[in-house]
Amino acid sequence: MRKFLFKSNNLFYIVVIVLFCSPPLKAKDKEDSKDIRVEIKEYISHHLKDSYDFSFFSYTKKSGDHVYIGIPLPVIIWDNGIKFFSSSKLKHGEDVAKVGSNYYKLEHGKIYKTDSEGTIFYDDKHHVTNYAPIDFSITKGVVSMLLIAFLMFSLFRNLAKSYRETGGLPKGIGRFLEPIIIYLRDDIAKPNIGEKKYASYMSFLLTVFFFIWFLNLLGLTPLGVNVTGNIAVTFGLALLTFLITNFTGTRDYWLHIFDPLGSSMKWFSKILLYIVLIPIELLGLIIKPFSLLIRLYANMQAGHIVIMSIIGLMFIFKSWIGSPLSFGLAFAIAIIELLVAFLQAYIFTMLSALYFGFASEEHEKSH
Amino acid sequence: MEKLISEFSLGLFFWQSAIFIGLLFLLRKFAWKPILNAVNEREASIINALDSAEKARTQLENIQSENQRLLKEARKEKEILLKEALKTKNQIISDAKKEAQNETEKILSQAQDTIQSEKRAALKELKNQVGSIAIDIAEKVINKELENKDKQMNLVNNLLKETDFK
Repeated sequence: MRKFLFKSNNLFYIVVIVLFCSPPLKAKDKEDSKDIRVEIKEYISHHLKDSYDFSFFSYTKKSGDHVYIGIPLPVIIWDNGIKFFSSSKLKHGEDVAKVGSNYYKLEHGKIYKTDSEGTIFYDDKHHVTNYAPIDFSITKGVVSMLLIAFLMFSLFRNLAKSYRETGGLPKGIGRFLEPIIIYLRDDIAKPNIGEKKYASYMSFLLTVFFFIWFLNLLGLTPLGVNVTGNIAVTFGLALLTFLITNFTGTRDYWLHIFDPLGSSMKWFSKILLYIVLIPIELLGLIIKPFSLLIRLYANMQAGHIVIMSIIGLMFIFKSWIGSPLSFGLAFAIAIIELLVAFLQAYIFTMLSALYFGFASEEHEKSH
Repeated sequence: MEKLISEFSLGLFFWQSAIFIGLLFLLRKFAWKPILNAVNEREASIINALDSAEKARTQLENIQSENQRLLKEARKEKEILLKEALKTKNQIISDAKKEAQNETEKILSQAQDTIQSEKRAALKELKNQVGSIAIDIAEKVINKELENKDKQMNLVNNLLKETDFK
């Protein structure tokens, strides 16, 4: 089993390398550069969003038809009962999908209920007014997360097993992963949370670190996934940090929020200050994880926009000087993004550990 | 901000939370706990091994210093023993010499005494023998002298004549 996994891992890396070498963007052979600009812009904004199928690339035939190469994924929506159908029915928003007696259409990356013609109604602010059913589709992002979850489980399960086989020594890729685990324990968890309580937070910190890091790295492959640059994903991660922080909060932690001045002042003089202070402290509770979710989202989003824009420049320049230059620049930025991928995972984990540290803090005697 | 909210996908959030929490619990049970336990155990065993190595080293050092001490003591003892032996030897030699001298003196004085007494005895004997020889000779001489009565008479008469009685 293990051998098989190892081989399949190798296969995975080979696939990644081959994809990385292949041209990431198929440009249309058109004279008008403004058209290309518009197309690149659309392409970028399309890429940044989650999508209903796992597309590898697309091109346009001479006749004007769009050809999409990829894997269709299941769409699950709640519209008076569960509707379950393949995303190939949506035809990338070019046609109406008929499911049972209902019609659905993809507009700006979202599924809306329409009539049989696929009419989309807009209000005066150009917002779609059609009914949007509750959407639980297995999208590209969900598939990526499942892929990473499977990868992580197999990697760390193997590492855990290898200790039993060799009597306490890591094997194979575990030799690379183990120092990172030890680093997280010794340089993130222990100093921020403290020797006494760090152990119970380790599972979350390790999982969140590797989850974000691997998803960031997957985002750098030409598979074109942008999971950690999606606000729903970072919101979910930050929400967990928020919940864990406040559910493990000690008496001292809450005392610090509702009585930050402690016994240094008489109660009647504190009241005036507390009218201002307590709302600020309460706001701080939310701002801390909120900064986490925005930071990760914005960094990954920005990285993807920059790389894709510079790759797009190649097709705008279309010259022997400009295109190689922008390729070099894209290459340099991609290397920086490799660092950012690690850095953002590190910062998220580090700050989570810091907040857990605040929550689990116990003073000998408060203030 | 409005764009962010409109982009927020409840479905993705739902799946993300489900996958992440599922992964968290699976990894916690099957990976993180065994890994951290193994790492902690290994670290503890390394610390133990270092400790025991340190202990063994100090023990060895102790043994070495003990050996050194014993060696030094033995050397000292040997020196003392040698010194004592030398002293005893000298003592014995000087005692022997003294005794030998005493003995010699004693023997010598005894020999001298013996010689003296022998000498005295010899002298006594000699005196006795000389006396008897002298008496013998005297006897013989007297006997010879007394054979001639006339002469004796003459002599006595002469002597008597010479001696005037008063």
